[in-house]
Amino acid sequence: MIHNPQLNKNGELTHLLTVEGLSADIIRNILNTAESFVSVTEREVKKVPLLRGKSVFNLFFEPSTRTRTTFEIAAKRLSADVLNLNISASSTSKGETLLDTVDNLSAMHADMFIVRHAQSGAPFLIARHVKPGIHVINAGDGRHAHPTQGLLDMYTIRHYKKDFSQLTVAIVGDVLHSRVARSQIHALTTLGVPELRVIGPKTLLPTGIENMGTHVYHDMAKGLKGVDVVIMLRLQNERMNGALLPSAQEYFKYYGLTQEKLALAKPDAIVMHPGPMNRGVEIDSAVADGAQSVILPQVTFGIAVRMAVMSILAGN
Amino acid sequence: MTAPQLLDAEKLLARLTDLLRPAVNANSALVGIYTGGVLIAERLHAALSLTVPLGTLDVSFYRDDYDVIGLHTQPRPSEIPFEVEGRDIILVDDVLYTGRTIRAAMNEIFDYGRPASMRLAALVDRGGRELPIAAEFVGTSMMLPADELLVLKKDASDRLQLSVQPRKRQA
Repeated sequence: MIHNPQLNKNGELTHLLTVEGLSADIIRNILNTAESFVSVTEREVKKVPLLRGKSVFNLFFEPSTRTRTTFEIAAKRLSADVLNLNISASSTSKGETLLDTVDNLSAMHADMFIVRHAQSGAPFLIARHVKPGIHVINAGDGRHAHPTQGLLDMYTIRHYKKDFSQLTVAIVGDVLHSRVARSQIHALTTLGVPELRVIGPKTLLPTGIENMGTHVYHDMAKGLKGVDVVIMLRLQNERMNGALLPSAQEYFKYYGLTQEKLALAKPDAIVMHPGPMNRGVEIDSAVADGAQSVILPQVTFGIAVRMAVMSILAGN
Repeated sequence: MTAPQLLDAEKLLARLTDLLRPAVNANSALVGIYTGGVLIAERLHAALSLTVPLGTLDVSFYRDDYDVIGLHTQPRPSEIPFEVEGRDIILVDDVLYTGRTIRAAMNEIFDYGRPASMRLAALVDRGGRELPIAAEFVGTSMMLPADELLVLKKDASDRLQLSVQPRKRQA
């Protein structure tokens, strides 16, 4: 077996860098633990003492509001001390290297780094570099992976649909630039989803995507037929180089999710979106705010899933 | 010293029920601690015909040995389906040993609210306390050596069984 840098010598999760290579047992353990944390977040005191005395550093080399905030809330609900570093605006602009930044923060007794970086692989580099006992969570690296988002999506699907083994799931939109989509595809196939579809224009689907166990559609009407779960992706304007699309209006016409298109899915299909949404580009407001949308519950579950990941890592 | 290999759990449960009956009222709430405590609490709750629904507690997030062993058992969601504020709570566990689980359970209860009182019921008090904790209601007391473990199970006909087993490894 290839060495998985996320696992310790006992095969336990010590960093969370990607969903790729995680066993179904590890994923289920995270989801089950998250379920216990959901009940904590419904109480009067939404805090447990698990990570008391631990320091968690949010290292964000790329802007983010939702992910950084939910990680911060998750760490605080575990009683950890949280420090938010918006690195793009500080040391690196003075020339400090990534690993020097990490070494300096480690010298301040960091126990965990939550890393977001525009460069794919940056969290791996940090995970390989840090001393044993320091844990790294990938909060999104380039186009590569966003494992906690993938896991919270699995939590959401399980919450509403219970059993993965009967589901048809469609991931729609800009798969090419989406680290979220990659994490979702790995998680869904590991959990045994029998029919996984990706829908999008040829210019926004990576080559070889069909080798990841997916069925490729370029036509929304065909791709959405009979699906249980529709996962919309954000059109990532900031990651696009060159003319991959004629216009946002044109994109909405063919790939934007409207009530009419959603009607082709199963009547009880759920609609998900990792956020932030471009209303009127990949999703119509009537759908985003509609009865089948579970976009806001995704955010709430995200806190519990991140609490689960942190508490499992810090204990291994 | 030879400990009996099997204890009559049903008889101990009957004794515990009798001890609790005069002590409970309309404001009393039972809270079972996973795993064994929940089995006992379910039976007590039915036998005492309590009106306040049964609570269950998984103390994994409150244990004092997280730094040593991490989260290595799969936690189950705690459920406290009643208002804790002002309630007379009776914690229920199968075996009372070091008292650390009960300490964790007390801390967790206080994160739901401030109860009027909290008392402890255990099927067996096996000695070996490491904290100043005592049970008000016990089915039986006995001293067991540290290398032995009391294990509660339900048999095929839902009767409770309690057996003494050698401890596999240092917990």
